[in-house]
Amino acid sequence: MNRMEKFWRDGSEIAVRPAAVDEWFDLSRHDVSYHEAPHQGSAYQGAMRQGPTHRDPPRPAPATAPIVLENLTKRYRSYFAVDDVSFIVPKGATLGLLGGNGAGKTTTIAMIMGLVIPTHGSVRVLGHDMASARHKVLKRMNFQSPYVAMPSQLTVRENLDVFGRLYGVLDLKARIGHLVEEFGLGEVLNRETGRLSAGQKTRVSLAKALLNKPEVLLLDEPTASLDPDRAEWMRDRLQAYRNQHQATILLSSHNMVEVERLCDYVVIMSRGRVVEIGTPRELIRSYDCGGLQEVFLQISRDAESWSEKLDRQTGLHATSLK
Amino acid sequence: MSDSLGRVAAMTLRYWYLLRASWPRLIELVYWPTMNMIVWGLLTFWFTDNKPTAVATAGGLLGAVMLWDVLFRGQLGFTFSFLEEVWSRNVANLMMSPLQPAEFAASLMVMSLIRLVVGMAPVSLLALVLFGFNVYGLGFALVAFFANLVFTSWAVGLVVSGLILRNGSGAQSFAWSVMMLLLPVSCVYYPVSILPVWLRPVAWMLPPTYVFEGMRAALIDGLFRADLMLEALALNLACLGLGFGTFMLLMQSARHKGALLTMGE
Repeated sequence: MNRMEKFWRDGSEIAVRPAAVDEWFDLSRHDVSYHEAPHQGSAYQGAMRQGPTHRDPPRPAPATAPIVLENLTKRYRSYFAVDDVSFIVPKGATLGLLGGNGAGKTTTIAMIMGLVIPTHGSVRVLGHDMASARHKVLKRMNFQSPYVAMPSQLTVRENLDVFGRLYGVLDLKARIGHLVEEFGLGEVLNRETGRLSAGQKTRVSLAKALLNKPEVLLLDEPTASLDPDRAEWMRDRLQAYRNQHQATILLSSHNMVEVERLCDYVVIMSRGRVVEIGTPRELIRSYDCGGLQEVFLQISRDAESWSEKLDRQTGLHATSLK
Repeated sequence: MSDSLGRVAAMTLRYWYLLRASWPRLIELVYWPTMNMIVWGLLTFWFTDNKPTAVATAGGLLGAVMLWDVLFRGQLGFTFSFLEEVWSRNVANLMMSPLQPAEFAASLMVMSLIRLVVGMAPVSLLALVLFGFNVYGLGFALVAFFANLVFTSWAVGLVVSGLILRNGSGAQSFAWSVMMLLLPVSCVYYPVSILPVWLRPVAWMLPPTYVFEGMRAALIDGLFRADLMLEALALNLACLGLGFGTFMLLMQSARHKGALLTMGE
C-alpha cells in the first residue's frame, strides 16, 4: 500500500512523516515561542497527523506562530471545499500552498484573510482569530492576487495613495516613492491602473501589498503574468523583503520552480484536504523524484485515481466521507 | 478615532478621484434631475395656466420633484459608490484592509452628500431661472427636509448594499428599484388624506411622508411643522440603526457563503 492509498483508505493518515516537520518547530531557526497544547486536535497535532502520532509523544503547540490553522473546515451543503486542514507557518518562513483546481487553496487563503468564515476549526493570524477579531490584525498584514483588481480608473499614484491611507502608513509619500523606485513604476505612476499590462498590474498590486510593511503577507500567484526575467526579479524582491522584515509569507502558485526557490515549506492539497506537507527537498527525496513538479504530478495522479475508485465503490465524493 | 477618520477620508478621496476623472459621471449627476425638473416644470405651467390660485399647488409639485430627487439620488449616490467597488472587483481588497464596515458606510454617506450637492445645486438654480421656483425660500425648513430625506436614503442604501454583498452583482437592480416602493406610499405628490384609510398607517411609518407633508404645509400654508420633522428624525434614527444592522448581518452571511470571493464576477 503506498502513501496515497493509505491516505484515501484511512481518510486522514499518511504513513510516513516527512522529517521536515521537525524543522517546522525548530525554535532556534524561527524564533517562535511555544506553550502547552491547549487540547487535542491542536494545530501542532494537526500538522503531525501527517505522521504516525501514536509513536510521537505529545509536543507543544506553536500557538504564537504568525499563522495557525486548526482543523479548518469549510462545507457548502454536503461539499467540503476545505476539510480538516491544520498547519502553521512559523515566523519568517515562506509556505507554498499547492494543489490543482478545486483543491481548496483559494478557500483556505480566503479563510486566513477572514473573507470566508469556517464551518469548523479556526485560523489565528498574529494571535487573533480571523473569524471574530480580524480588525485587530488587518493593519499588520496584506495580500496580493491577480484575481482581485485595484480600481482600474484610478491612476497608480492615486491607488497607492488611497491604500496607503487605509493602512495608516506613516510618511506615505516617502514610502510610495521607495516602492515606485523598487518596483520600477515611475513610468506608469500617472497612468490609469486599468490601462496597464498584466505584468505592470501585478507589480502595482505587489507594491500595494508591501505598502504597510506587513508582518504577514498572503500572495496568490505572485508572478503570474510576468515574463521570466521580471518574475525572477520579483522573487528576489520578495526574498529580500522577507529577510529584511522577518515577514511570514504564504503563497499559492502553480509554478513549481518558484515554489522550490521561495518556499521553506510546502503544503499540497487535493479535494479540500492536506495530502502532503514538508520542505521541498524532503518531498522530492521521499517521493524519489527529480523536482517538485514531479512530486506534484505523482500526488495528483494518485489522488485522482483513488478518489475515482472510492467514488465508484461508494457513490460518494471522497471528501464527503467524514 | 483619528485612524478611523483617516480611513473614511481615504475612501472619500478614492471616490473623489474617480468622480473628478470621469466627466460622464459628473454629467450624469446633473442630467437626470435636470430633465426631471424641466418636464415637471412645463407640466405645472400647463396645469396652472398662470391662474393665481394654482401657483401654490405648482410650487408644491416642483418642490416635491426636487425633494424626491434628493431622496432617490441620495440613495443612488450611496449605492453607486458601493457598486463602483463591485464593478472594479475591489471589494476583497477593501475587506482585507483595516477599513471597518462603519467607516466604509460613513465614506459612502459622505460621497452620497457630495454627489447630491454636485447634482442638485445646478437644478435648484435652473428651477429658479426657468420656472421662478425658489427652493431656498424655504429657509431652515429646507435644511430639515434635506437632512431627513438624506437619512432615509442612507438607510435604504445600506440595505441595498448589503443585499448586493450577500447576493452578488445580480442584486444590483435593487439600487434602481427599491426606492420606487416608497414613491406611492410616502405621498410625494399628494397629501396622506388621498390614500385609502387602511394604507395611511403604513404611510406614517415612513419618514419621507412627514417631510412631504411638512413641505406642503410650508409651501401652501406657509407653516413650518417642527413636530413632523422631529417625528421624521426619530423614525430615521431607527431606520439607520436597522439599515446598518441589516448591512452587517448580510455581510456576515456573505462571509459564511463565500460570496465576497466572487464579488464582481
